[in-house]
Amino acid sequence: MDFLSYLPFDLPHPALLLAGVLEGTVLAAVLALTALGLSIVFGIMRVVNVAHGEFYMLGAVLAWFVTTWVAAVTGGPPWLGFAVALVIAPLVVGAIAAATDWLVLKRLNYDPEATIVATIGILYIIQQLALTFYGPYARPVEAPFDFRVATPYFGYSGYKLVVVGAAIALMLVVWLVLTRTRIGLVMRATQYDRETAQAFGIPVDKVYAGVFALGAGLAAIGAVLIVPIRQADYLMGGDPLLLSFIVVILGGLGSLRGTLVAALFIGLADGLISTIYDATLAKILATLLVAMVLVFRPQGLFGARAA
Amino acid sequence: MIKSILLHGAVIALLIVLEPVLSEYHHGNLARILVLATYAVGYNILFGYTGLLSLGHAMFFAAGMYGCALMVRLAEWSVGPAFLFGVVCALVAGLVVGMLALRTIGVGFMIVTLMFAEAAHLTIAYYNEYTRGDEGFTIPQAVRTVAGLDLSDTTTRYFAALVLFSVCLIGSAALVQSRAGRVLVAIRENEDRVRMLGFNPFRYKLLALVLSAVMAGAAGAAYAVLFGYAGSTFASVQYSIFPLLWVLLGGPGTTLGPLLGTVLMFYLVDYASGTVMPGLAAFVEGSFGIEAPGLASAYLLLVGIALVLLVLFAPRGVLGVVRARVMPWLP
Repeated sequence: MDFLSYLPFDLPHPALLLAGVLEGTVLAAVLALTALGLSIVFGIMRVVNVAHGEFYMLGAVLAWFVTTWVAAVTGGPPWLGFAVALVIAPLVVGAIAAATDWLVLKRLNYDPEATIVATIGILYIIQQLALTFYGPYARPVEAPFDFRVATPYFGYSGYKLVVVGAAIALMLVVWLVLTRTRIGLVMRATQYDRETAQAFGIPVDKVYAGVFALGAGLAAIGAVLIVPIRQADYLMGGDPLLLSFIVVILGGLGSLRGTLVAALFIGLADGLISTIYDATLAKILATLLVAMVLVFRPQGLFGARAA
Repeated sequence: MIKSILLHGAVIALLIVLEPVLSEYHHGNLARILVLATYAVGYNILFGYTGLLSLGHAMFFAAGMYGCALMVRLAEWSVGPAFLFGVVCALVAGLVVGMLALRTIGVGFMIVTLMFAEAAHLTIAYYNEYTRGDEGFTIPQAVRTVAGLDLSDTTTRYFAALVLFSVCLIGSAALVQSRAGRVLVAIRENEDRVRMLGFNPFRYKLLALVLSAVMAGAAGAAYAVLFGYAGSTFASVQYSIFPLLWVLLGGPGTTLGPLLGTVLMFYLVDYASGTVMPGLAAFVEGSFGIEAPGLASAYLLLVGIALVLLVLFAPRGVLGVVRARVMPWLP
């Protein structure tokens, strides 16, 4: 590798590079799940859900409540509480999202601008209720298991790698549901032409509520997976919201394949840049990139076809 | 026209008369409200009259605030020229963002402005060596004078805020009753038809956005000068949402709506976080045994509830309803 010494800059140490790639992969996996939720909601309902990050936060906070409660009641091992949280958090968050759809979004007739303003309001309501009842603390949730994977330079948390696997598996399931099942067909029909779908007896209202719940549930699962790595606090919804927006827009609004490619790209870039350089700089570049993409290439960078 | 002049004159006269009457507490509040209402008046030109919903106006407010405050802090300019420099910064920001963002419409415009503002906010945090990020910095009282007037003196500060507000209010009232103003309203109602009539909507929208940014920047610079503080919170998303909320509450597309909305929301938040929320927190804990450790500080909850209720039930705001029911001539 002698030629490397001719480079005009110093390469970071390989250990740092590896750490950046690994952290980036974990971030990309969770980000892809969260962004997929946002993308499905936009793709099918044409609703930009600004409160999406708060559903994520709610998932993490619920995971803390559930694991604490299970540990106190049963005195069982950490994996038990975690497993319960993995089921309950997305269900509760999904139910809250469906109620939001029914109480607010439906009444606005899904008008794009009005729904954005309304979801901003919902963002503050959820965030401040979390502050009210959870408080301004950052609390950890214990990982369900603990083993380390050896790399040439350092031991790496095995749980983080399991998170990556779980995220990939979940995305496969979502993709299968959307493309291979009757429910998926109904969703796609609603996306394609709402009124015709209604005329063919598809309960569009229920589909919308279900899609909104699914999108929020995906964010909640992502949060439950991440919470043993990163603590739960009431302000944690901001970053995933911004990153999900970036991913969904770069990937092309409503395009699932584009969303996944963009999530991988942004996750890795963010992991590398923030491990090696500076997290704020990475975000500044990404937000400017998104603005420019929307201005000059509104169909997104990758694939314009809606999935 | 006569009615409109009388109405605006009466509102400004009322604000002058109130000055010696108000208690120290409300006096300070109203000075702050007038600066923030100036920001809302600017926002209203773009949102209320032209129909463009920006989610990134905090960047213009911050451009004015930091353009002014950094010049005072780092280049040791006096506050007069620094204020003007802040306004120019906002104007340039408005032009650049407008040229780019106005190529998009609807939801695209909202997200592009949001992203530009977020980039601006992060940039301020990134250069915290100069801006001191979140924590912000103060402008010492000694340099806050213009033409021999001490702007930190409460009476002077009140009248300085009132002058700024009145200029922007009268400017916006004159604009919306002019020919250009009617084109802006026409763009809001039906852009294609405006284009068909031979107008260039882009130029008018850019005009509205730049004027809106200039007023927001003037408010930001005035805030720095009058209250002696600049911090990156003023560049955050929250400060882009606030003018939207104030204008929605007071009545989008009414000249006095921004002032009314700012006053109502300011006192609602003030009253709730001072009296209602701590009481409610004690009640919830006492009666139900549910701990609510953050309720007393959760004033943004009201912002959220107000936004949802307004969008659902009263998208025309207070003065919008008044115009529809009682005073159809309201500008």
